[in-house]
Amino acid sequence: MKTKNAQPAAKRSLGRKKKDIETTPGLLRLSPEKAAFDVGKIRKDFPILSQKVHGKPLVYLDNAATTQKPVAVLQALDRYYRETNSNIHRGLHLLSEKATEAYEGSRLKVQKFLNAADPREILFTRGATEGVNLVAQAWGRQNVKAGDEVLVTHMEHHSNIVPWQMLCEEKGATLKVVPINDAGELLLDELQRLLSSRTRILAVTQVSNALGTVNPIAEIIKMAHAKGAKVLVDGAQAVPHLAVDVQQMDCDFYVFSGHKIYGPTGIGVLYGKYRLLEEMPPYQGGGDMIASVTFEKTLYKKPPHKFEAGTPHIAGVIGLGAALDYVSECGLGAIAAHEQDLLAYGTRKLLGIPGLNLVGTSVHKAGVLSFTLGEIHPHDIGTILDRQGVAIRAGHHCAQPVMERFRIPATARASLGLYNTRDEIDVLAKAIRKVLEVFG
Amino acid sequence: MSEFSDLYQDLILDHQKNPRNFGDLPGANHHADGFNPLCGDKISLDLKLSAQGLIEDVKFKGSGCAISKASASLMTVALKGKRTEDAEKMFHQFHDMVMGKEGVPAAELGKLKVFEGVRDYPARVKCASLAWHTLEAALHDHKDVVSTDDGVQP
Ligand SMILES: Cc1ncc(COP(=O)(O)O)c(C=O)c1O
Repeated sequence: MKTKNAQPAAKRSLGRKKKDIETTPGLLRLSPEKAAFDVGKIRKDFPILSQKVHGKPLVYLDNAATTQKPVAVLQALDRYYRETNSNIHRGLHLLSEKATEAYEGSRLKVQKFLNAADPREILFTRGATEGVNLVAQAWGRQNVKAGDEVLVTHMEHHSNIVPWQMLCEEKGATLKVVPINDAGELLLDELQRLLSSRTRILAVTQVSNALGTVNPIAEIIKMAHAKGAKVLVDGAQAVPHLAVDVQQMDCDFYVFSGHKIYGPTGIGVLYGKYRLLEEMPPYQGGGDMIASVTFEKTLYKKPPHKFEAGTPHIAGVIGLGAALDYVSECGLGAIAAHEQDLLAYGTRKLLGIPGLNLVGTSVHKAGVLSFTLGEIHPHDIGTILDRQGVAIRAGHHCAQPVMERFRIPATARASLGLYNTRDEIDVLAKAIRKVLEVFG
Repeated sequence: MSEFSDLYQDLILDHQKNPRNFGDLPGANHHADGFNPLCGDKISLDLKLSAQGLIEDVKFKGSGCAISKASASLMTVALKGKRTEDAEKMFHQFHDMVMGKEGVPAAELGKLKVFEGVRDYPARVKCASLAWHTLEAALHDHKDVVSTDDGVQP
């Protein structure tokens, strides 16, 4: 299910009404890539989207939790299990060779996708969470000592807080938190103030899952490096929405999850600069990560294999490769333009609803519309939306510090994917108005 | 009548807007806290039991969704003047009803029957039952915060 970028102009459809095209000024500045983005065609690649829930057409707006999978990914998984299933790096037979080739082929795809300098800098993990834990355990235990400091920000997902807390507790180091403002933007002055010669590492998200904030990541990394601190970037919410270049941003570590970028669950990526990976001890011991084993001494392989103990999630790696192919063919520039248009449209629409308050109003945002509605609890909003076919998330989004910062127990969150349309935003807005009716 | 009136009945909307028995209870001799980590619902329950095991007074505080608030409010109304054995029995009946068990004599539950619709909203069962789990804990003087996410049955 490849998406061709070159579409005849007459066939272009952006899932919006003609009136909108004439009256939305932003559209005049469409890049050619954007004009070629055919959301109607894209939707056909996602079979799950055509179903009804509670008798209503499904409007899937919970993409920050997990995304749906295109046929290309489903077929890659199916083909692997039907045709090449075999263990990798060990068999001398044809199937094992094919499986190994597909597995290592995905590593090259990830390298290209992140623009890493070397495929050996790409490690497969279970997801963003495991990536952070790997760095906190393998790099952190070696490099963080009593009296050192680890910096995180107030907008981190729990998965980029707790592993650092555990490390600091074990080592007698201090966890410090970079604050955010009322718009949900990181306070760079405060970051500057908190960075010191004691700071070993800064763990920061590129895009906030609860607020949608896009952080000025290259600038942040430069500030941390100037003080000699390493930087781990949580890219879980960034990779589906914007083009990432790890060399340009110059991060030391970068993590993301396959399932949030249209790939399978249970597979993720950790990028690390090769020199750092080389110096780090292994994270887990087992098969596939060793050069030789005796009971006296084991020699480890070099990265990335040093960090991939045991039989990995081969199908997941292959499925992730297919997902990255899919996203690259759609074009991240085109996806970003499409989603930015939806975000702007959705922001306007939602702000027109009485009592609706957007949480997270950063100037630079991606993919997320988090909101509260008067005194109505987000859980009640979620239930009423669900019955109208609209899937959103209600809760603290694994970012309790963000909720506490805004003094709210929870938000309702609509989060966008490349297959969403303006029509779906209209359904969302209508469904929210229904909530107001019920609670009159 | 909206299509959601099976869940959000008028009585529920009324109690969530104007919760009864809301606040502190001076002289309370039993207390428990409940928490639903999934949605952040919190409840704090005060009970005044007589030596004969009669619920003389009950009050609650907390924040949460409409279902959890209304459930707590209606529960306090139903409990006043009841014997603790009867309260336990109500808890089990209520629990069975929102879980959609067959053959529950829901009529015996009086006004609490408005929560019958919850059984069609599995994600909301914990919201409706949080107050009751907290009541159980208060009656038995459990010190830990009751969490609907710690292997506690909804
Ligand atoms: C910003 C961010 N970081 C990390 C994660 C953790 O991802 P996973 O649960 O796939 O490991 C998430 C997932 O919600 C996220 O949104």
